[in-house]
Amino acid sequence: MLQKKTEISEQTVWMLAVRDNRDRDAFCALFDHFAPRLKGFIMRTGCSAAQAEEIVQDVMLTVWRKAAMFDPHRAQVSAWIYQIARNRHIDVVRKENRPVPDELAEDPGSEPDASQILAIEQEAGELKKALSSLKPEQREIIEKAYLGELTHQEISDQTGLPLGTIKSRIRLGLERLRHELKGMR
Amino acid sequence: MSAITHHIPDAILAAYTSGSLPHHYAVAVASHVSLCLQCRASLEAHQNMGGALLDATDRVAVSGHMKADLLAQLDAPVTPEPVYTRQGIYPRPVVEALKGQDPRWKSVGMGVRQSILSETKEGSVRLLYIPPGQAVPDHGHNGMEMTLVLQGSFSDETGHFGVGDIEIANEDLDHTPTADPGEACICLAATDAPLRFNALMPRLLQPFFRI
Ligand SMILES: [Zn+2]
Repeated sequence: MLQKKTEISEQTVWMLAVRDNRDRDAFCALFDHFAPRLKGFIMRTGCSAAQAEEIVQDVMLTVWRKAAMFDPHRAQVSAWIYQIARNRHIDVVRKENRPVPDELAEDPGSEPDASQILAIEQEAGELKKALSSLKPEQREIIEKAYLGELTHQEISDQTGLPLGTIKSRIRLGLERLRHELKGMR
Repeated sequence: MSAITHHIPDAILAAYTSGSLPHHYAVAVASHVSLCLQCRASLEAHQNMGGALLDATDRVAVSGHMKADLLAQLDAPVTPEPVYTRQGIYPRPVVEALKGQDPRWKSVGMGVRQSILSETKEGSVRLLYIPPGQAVPDHGHNGMEMTLVLQGSFSDETGHFGVGDIEIANEDLDHTPTADPGEACICLAATDAPLRFNALMPRLLQPFFRI
């Protein structure tokens, strides 16, 4: 049903095909899109090409194995893969397991909400626009921050991370899970 | 149960998302996010920001054999890693640090107990058990101190903290958190090491007691 909604990005469609149908062609499409970007992204932290490729390999394998955790109502595929990549990078470089929050899983029977998925994609598009309108020095600082190269003090000295309204959108996505959330506190 | 009113600032969430936040603080942040919808939404916003940057990164071609290598691994059997989940009042990051065991409480005096989850040169994270009405012994900390309430509540000079609330104090704050009457207060506390309980013993002795 979702696949007919051409407005939903092809990355999301591929990821859902991997998640729900274990679709290898879709996985190959994700690889072709993300692997070169991941390699470039990881190499910006000073990793060698070979080390970056090892991390990319691990990240893409995690994408396949943990696909069930992907929830398009809250995250773009790129956001989900970004976090996997950062976690893996920390595991490799610092040899420590990154603490992660309890997971909130969707009710197995819950129907996808295409309007929420589209809204998240639109908000993420706004983030990209905001990024591309930054001055090069500002953008470089933000990149450093999200590549793990700034401390929280250094980040707090920077004004205005362009997070826009995406927080409230994601919150709506999380509200879908309120059934489960009730048990959390 | 009352709503969470003390949250994590954006800069700290961004540092946590990117992985630059030291491990002991990351345990506290991940624990608060486990309990707090608002900070979870903020964290996921930061992840989307990271995703936008990833998507806009210049591509670097990967080796030709990589995709085939990867496809060959998709069906390989996976040894499952232990997956920890919330147990009672303890969110996943705490359960993981305890490796699924119960906390091993040690007295630090005046009815206050602690269970150290991890301690390195960089910092430490521990559980504190404070009897109702009891003040946390006077303590100093280098740098930032994060205190997340898991059970009961406490108050100090800056306000009132209930379950899920996190206090983030810098080193200038000389505070005396006191457990509210009623239930014992159990907190997760992350500090740059060492946490010094000033009133209990001379500072020089403290390394022997691992406080
Ligand atoms: Zn919060």
